[in-house]
Amino acid sequence: MSQNVLDRVKAQFTAGELVETGAQHGDEWVRVRRDSWVAVATFLRDDPATKMEMFIDLTVVDRFSTEPRFDVVVHLYSVSLKQRVRLYGGVTEDDPTLETLVGVWAGANWFEREAYDLYGVRFKGHPDLRRILMYPEFVGHPLRKDYPKEKRQPLVRRQPNSVD
Amino acid sequence: MGLDFYTGKLADAVNWARKFSLFSYPFVTACCGMEYMSVAAPKYDIARFGAEFPRFSPRQADLLIIVGTITERQGPALRRIYDQMCEPKWVIAFGVCASTGGFYQNYSTMPGADQVVPVDVYIPGCPPRPEQVLDALILLQERIQRGEGHSQVMLKAEQKNGGGYDVPTTAIRPRTSHLPGGDKGGGGNVGGGNVGNVGNVGKEG
Repeated sequence: MSQNVLDRVKAQFTAGELVETGAQHGDEWVRVRRDSWVAVATFLRDDPATKMEMFIDLTVVDRFSTEPRFDVVVHLYSVSLKQRVRLYGGVTEDDPTLETLVGVWAGANWFEREAYDLYGVRFKGHPDLRRILMYPEFVGHPLRKDYPKEKRQPLVRRQPNSVD
Repeated sequence: MGLDFYTGKLADAVNWARKFSLFSYPFVTACCGMEYMSVAAPKYDIARFGAEFPRFSPRQADLLIIVGTITERQGPALRRIYDQMCEPKWVIAFGVCASTGGFYQNYSTMPGADQVVPVDVYIPGCPPRPEQVLDALILLQERIQRGEGHSQVMLKAEQKNGGGYDVPTTAIRPRTSHLPGGDKGGGGNVGGGNVGNVGNVGKEG
């Protein structure tokens, strides 16, 4: 894969907006500063040389005991230009917030809800940031590395009786 | 004395009829469902045991077959299904996930459906062979004939001294997260978040 996407991004944004860029085995990635998260995403979607029309995936990596603790990872694909790019947005444990991408790709809606549900990353400006997989009564975020591995939060249990 | 003899024989006859006319409610959640279909299909033919008629309403069923992984989130639904079935009723846990949680040992999976409903027969296997399922059905039939099914014993206790009903420890309450002002999922207290809505249970039912 060419350096096309990375070259476009580096030409458009400064070091104050990007942390670093890189490529490995043909996969290009951009680590974005929190404040320019939406700007970089919008640029990648609209620029005629990148044309990232398709939002593939959004997930979170919990790099427990390092800072920033969480990496929000976004995978993008350009259907027309057949190229991919991966965005990283680091958020800290104290303030795990990031601007929402729903305004850029509507498909980010449920992915961000999932990321909020399982990792507790808050997406500012999200239209409906509720839990999506776990039930509303659930406390905490189960895919965080400090969530107890076997902790359960049952909604209902039955009482053992004389027949059991 | 004569009456005892008569009722005893009547119970035997009734149980004999029950064990060969099980109406099942398949609560299928996961891959074990394929094996359930195999059991129901002509090759293994559960119809030979009089249990070929799946009713997709719990109100018409007396055998709850829990086929697949049960999550904690499904717990209230499963309990409600069981509560809606008329007594006497029986429960089969189909596969290791329904029996014990299987290899899932995490925040979301219930460690066995018997956490929520009383189970009469457990079928191990991931998934179980159809022969195992038929074997379990025969075991259940023997248990029904002896009057030893969980709800049969509970019914007898209820008739003798009143109040033998199987109770869940947590009240099942309606979900309010979709309503304005409902729990937004910010992590309310378990079992305590929506206490104010408990009064609506009767109206919604």
